[in-house]
Amino acid sequence: MEDRDALLKKKVQRTVEVLPAKELAKLDEVIARYAGKAGHLIPALKDAQEMYGYLPMEVQHRIADGLHVSPSHVYGVVTFYSFFTIMPRGRHTIRLCLGTACYVKGSKEILETIVREVGINVGETSQDGRFTIEAVRCLGACGLAPVMMIGEDTHGNVDPKDTLRIIQAYE
Amino acid sequence: MPKISIQDLKKIKEKERARMVLREGEYRAKITVHMGTCGIAAGAREIMTYFRDRIGQENLTDVILTNSGCAGLCAKEPMITVELADAAPVKYVLLDKEKAQRIFDEHVLAGKPVEDYALARGSETRAT
Amino acid sequence: MCASPYYRMQLMICAGTGCMASGSLEVKAALQKELTKRNLQDDVQIIMTGCNGFCAMGPLVVAYPDGIFYNQVKPEHAPLIVEEHVLKGRIVKELLFKEPVAKDQVPLIKDIGFFGRQRLIVLRNRGLIDAENIDEYIARDGYSALGKVLEEMTPEEVIEEVKKSGLRGRGGGGFPTGLKWEECRKYNNFPKYTICNGDEGDPGAFMDRSVMEGDPHSVLEGMAISGYAIGAHKGYIYVRAEYPLAIKRLQKAINDAREYGLLGTDILGKGFDFDIEIYPGAGAFVCGESTALMFSIEGKRGMPRIKPPRSAEAGLWNKPTNLNNVETFANIPPIILNGGDWFASIGTEGSKGTKVFALTGAVNNVGLVEVPMGTTLKELIFEIGGGIPKKRKFKAAQIGGPSGGCIPLGMEDVEIDYESLIGVGAMMGSGGVVVMDEMTCMVDTARFFTGFCVDESCGKCIPCREGLKVMYDKLTDICEGRGQEGDVEFLIELGHHINSTSHCGLGKSAANPVLSTIRYFRHEYDAHIRDKHCDALVCPNLIDFVVIEDKCKMCGLCHKNCPSNAIIWEKKTVARIDLEKCTKCRTCITNCRFHAIR
Repeated sequence: MEDRDALLKKKVQRTVEVLPAKELAKLDEVIARYAGKAGHLIPALKDAQEMYGYLPMEVQHRIADGLHVSPSHVYGVVTFYSFFTIMPRGRHTIRLCLGTACYVKGSKEILETIVREVGINVGETSQDGRFTIEAVRCLGACGLAPVMMIGEDTHGNVDPKDTLRIIQAYE
Repeated sequence: MPKISIQDLKKIKEKERARMVLREGEYRAKITVHMGTCGIAAGAREIMTYFRDRIGQENLTDVILTNSGCAGLCAKEPMITVELADAAPVKYVLLDKEKAQRIFDEHVLAGKPVEDYALARGSETRAT
Repeated sequence: MCASPYYRMQLMICAGTGCMASGSLEVKAALQKELTKRNLQDDVQIIMTGCNGFCAMGPLVVAYPDGIFYNQVKPEHAPLIVEEHVLKGRIVKELLFKEPVAKDQVPLIKDIGFFGRQRLIVLRNRGLIDAENIDEYIARDGYSALGKVLEEMTPEEVIEEVKKSGLRGRGGGGFPTGLKWEECRKYNNFPKYTICNGDEGDPGAFMDRSVMEGDPHSVLEGMAISGYAIGAHKGYIYVRAEYPLAIKRLQKAINDAREYGLLGTDILGKGFDFDIEIYPGAGAFVCGESTALMFSIEGKRGMPRIKPPRSAEAGLWNKPTNLNNVETFANIPPIILNGGDWFASIGTEGSKGTKVFALTGAVNNVGLVEVPMGTTLKELIFEIGGGIPKKRKFKAAQIGGPSGGCIPLGMEDVEIDYESLIGVGAMMGSGGVVVMDEMTCMVDTARFFTGFCVDESCGKCIPCREGLKVMYDKLTDICEGRGQEGDVEFLIELGHHINSTSHCGLGKSAANPVLSTIRYFRHEYDAHIRDKHCDALVCPNLIDFVVIEDKCKMCGLCHKNCPSNAIIWEKKTVARIDLEKCTKCRTCITNCRFHAIR
């Protein structure tokens, strides 16, 4: 087994994919919906991310053009908010709560289990594209701490021993 | 729907209150499933579905099934409140389908609260 | 018991001595006759059973497959049972068992510590109304405060009433709400805005979520009243993206209120226009800060700006803007209906009314509680919270989120209000109370909060962006066994610098968790640095991983749970840890019930 510290620091390199022009053209609908209105960059980016799963550079540029703001402004916003991602994600996003209540109830041990068994760390996507792990600060379900969300499903009172069993149910 | 006036507001209030206090003859029982985020995560939806199915199967027209927000005691979710027409509401905690079945049979249908799962009776705030 | 395949239904009639004596055989005959009359004898089986043990209420009839329990059945009830239950599937209510009034074994809600000590103002409708049904909100006096305001009060009178109530902002700052409104009303620069801050970011706080999900109309009503008071016609609710259910229910509530004309133009026919839009956040803790939140609505990076000008003068789109927290708005309708004096009669000298706390962590009754200001921490944790689970000892309570502080054992008599919490080095924050037991390492906790603030710092000013990172690295060193003499003094000095030179609320309080844990748990820091030992057995590098032989009860739980087979154990022997194989995952420590591993 690898040294735990080394595991916790390991990063997976990812390449940014290029979207075909046809896919990119779908974006114009989103732009049309928000163009000309003040303060609608964030909702527009949300819609775009919903469509593509992430926000590659081409998408950011096109939105910048469409909404008449500078690409650097768009990039600044995208990288500021944790909701947005510029990397493709796995089929399932595991959101592990590391908020206070979950932390006190041992969510760190769950994270360590995932790192050890799945081999990826927070912010990374597994090689087979199955999982992306995210650490979130609070899911607001502290009564069930520790809490883990996989996709839309919330799993409460997670025990480190159960973690693997829960994860393996997601193909 | 037409826009309402202050008088309409009062009318809605009277009408709705009558329904909410289970006035004699209209409704016999009211089941409230507490469905905030934590309740849902703990399985409140399954409980809700169960009650809905049962009420459908039994063809009951005098039982109100409704949902409400978090009841506050997240550690004991899923929670429900069962209120019969002439009795204080009873809060049940840590439910699953089997417990829901017993509550439905014994409390909702037969009128006898299931002490094993009940947390408390009465209402936190004054009933309207 | 299930119905036989040949019969649709079974009626079990008790033939115990008691029921026979009260006439169950006659009931059987009557039922049989009734069934035959309707040609149902092949569909419904009648079975005589043994004693049900409930002889006092006999004769008893139990109808399967539903298991409906009829008592004191008389022969003349037979047609009713067959007609209603067997044919129509309806339950015969009159024959159901009714509880005698006296024997209530289920305790009254007011006798249960968790509920009995609460006083509900903000959560007045919790568990009582269907959040998606506007009529149920109206039935509980909903929108009558708005009606009262529009019909009888001038904006100045509304502000006066709120001032009189002594209500202070529930989002953390504690600024008097009435003064905020008055300030905003002053400026003649239109349009104005009123914003509800639903970006509940403090980990461990979920009262705003609960209110938005469970009673969304109370927020809308409070906002409409504030709009009337300051002269705004547009409101925004900024909700965290992590709260999809809250967004859904608020949107439904807004739509319903618009249909009734409780939002929109000419509300209640009184000539006041006001509408509300939801703005979902995109995940940035710092957006809970008011100026950052407004930038976020404008579609920019949510970075706080220097004040003045205050938001009341130049906020969203540079227009006068009032911003209150969800809980603050939910307090407004009851204040208007019952009067400011009523509200001011609850609570302490400087903090009026109630406060909702989210009780989490190592406490039995995890949940949301609303208590009058001035309730002691002890009442909160032990009487309402039901104490600490697993017979462990209370160590500290962390109040006020990542920028709050820890209150240790021995100070649990502190009365909770804005000033007294600041006095002990914590703050009200949004009201998250995380209870920690002896298994929590305070150095590790401080490191956790600092890590949180490092992640969430917007990066605008250096003390917060760089200082916190340095602090975090120093804490990591201490937790991993590289701590040195002088580290604690360094942390104190750096902490004071960060708190005094950052410019927004996040930075100004970011060092609080470190400073307050050093203040009360200096000995733990010293043990980490000097003895290289973590007493709470949390920091893996500072645990010896040896079994204390006297304490080991030879149960083998550690052996069974160890993921790397590093524990050597056989029945009736003391366990031993093979340090070659041990990965320091702490599984054995969490599983040992006798604290036998250190």
